[in-house]
Amino acid sequence: MFRDAALVAGKDLRVEWRSRVGAQQVLPFALVVLVIFAFALDANHNLLQTAAAGLYWVAVLFAGVLTVQRSFALEAADGLRDGLRLSGLDPAGIFLGKAAAVAGQLAVLEIFLAGGIAVLYSASLHGVVLLVLSAVLATIGLAAAGTVYGIVAAGLGVRETLLPLLLLPVVAPVLLAAGKVWEITLQSGPGAWGWMRILVIFAVVYLAAGVLAFGPLLEES
Amino acid sequence: MAEAVLLRNVVALAGRFPVLAGADLTVAPGQVVLLRGANGAGKTSLLRLCAGLLPVASGQAVVLGEDLGLDRRGARRRVGLLGHATGLYDDLSVRDNVRFSVRAGGGSAREADAALALVGLTGRLADTAASRLSAGQRRRTALASVVARRPELWLLDEPYAGLDADARALLDGLVTAAVEGGASVIIASHEAGQVEELAQRTVTVAGGRTTESVLVP
Repeated sequence: MFRDAALVAGKDLRVEWRSRVGAQQVLPFALVVLVIFAFALDANHNLLQTAAAGLYWVAVLFAGVLTVQRSFALEAADGLRDGLRLSGLDPAGIFLGKAAAVAGQLAVLEIFLAGGIAVLYSASLHGVVLLVLSAVLATIGLAAAGTVYGIVAAGLGVRETLLPLLLLPVVAPVLLAAGKVWEITLQSGPGAWGWMRILVIFAVVYLAAGVLAFGPLLEES
Repeated sequence: MAEAVLLRNVVALAGRFPVLAGADLTVAPGQVVLLRGANGAGKTSLLRLCAGLLPVASGQAVVLGEDLGLDRRGARRRVGLLGHATGLYDDLSVRDNVRFSVRAGGGSAREADAALALVGLTGRLADTAASRLSAGQRRRTALASVVARRPELWLLDEPYAGLDADARALLDGLVTAAVEGGASVIIASHEAGQVEELAQRTVTVAGGRTTESVLVP
């Protein structure tokens, strides 16, 4: 399973590296989202600083939807989904590989967006350990849930519009918990670890669901 | 020896539409069978069913000893399907596409490279992105993936489409070599002549049923 996951993740990341869609489209889009929030709230700079954590995760979420869509659009062309089914790869390995590739791309994007909120919102990024740990957990959860709902939407004709509709409500707990951890940490407040538990549970639940359900979902897609 | 393919009164649905409506087919190990029939007759569906891509709604379907009614994934790793779609990632090079396919099936990069050399995709062409290939080169790349995986059952859907004379001769040679190695081959093709020389039997498909089976003299 892990060998198959590494193979699929390597393939997806190689495709992204060659196509540059992440670097040339998804990342600029996410930065534009941050800029638009800055324009919208700049009249109240204190509010912008207070809301920086939430706005950061909203931008990550939007970019995450695009990344997941791209991940499954790859497999929609030219009989590639049939190729995946016939490949002999363990479906759980395919799930983990695709989720790992999405997570890898999101992690890079989050680094740039963190720089973005530091510059645009004057956010002071202290408490780095908590920020990074929560970001890792949230990214795993987003990638796992995105990959589960990505394959669900892939089998339906209106997948481009359906995926955000399916995914955004489901990942609301990640947005809430990661946003709270970052907000508390950026403001040096207590209580961040309680929210971390939600991120851990979400990631574990969707990793398990994906490992178990991806095979049947791939067959039906 | 058990049949490579044994279909008895197989019904398969695409949604609620029966794409196979009582198909019968027997393919012995080492046999080449040619499927004939008009567009929409069910040839592609028959190949997809044998590959385990189409669920069996009723009837008996056994491929390479695996009962597809019980587990349609069972035989997939031992089947090679060359369909209308080439199944290539446009942003990956020819070499990367074939290596991914071969390694997914448990093979090595060296086997992939050997298959590329066999179909004449070497040098700069092997490093070319699939999006830049001609239709014939894309089919050669897909063929290299099938060859490298050494399937026990080859399922070829209009395999000559888009191939020039050299590539057609190459394909015939590869099919002949596979059969000599014990593989079975089902070819769905409109092409007359060349493909009939390979086949030991032709089966006519119409309306989702196999209507006629003729031994080629």
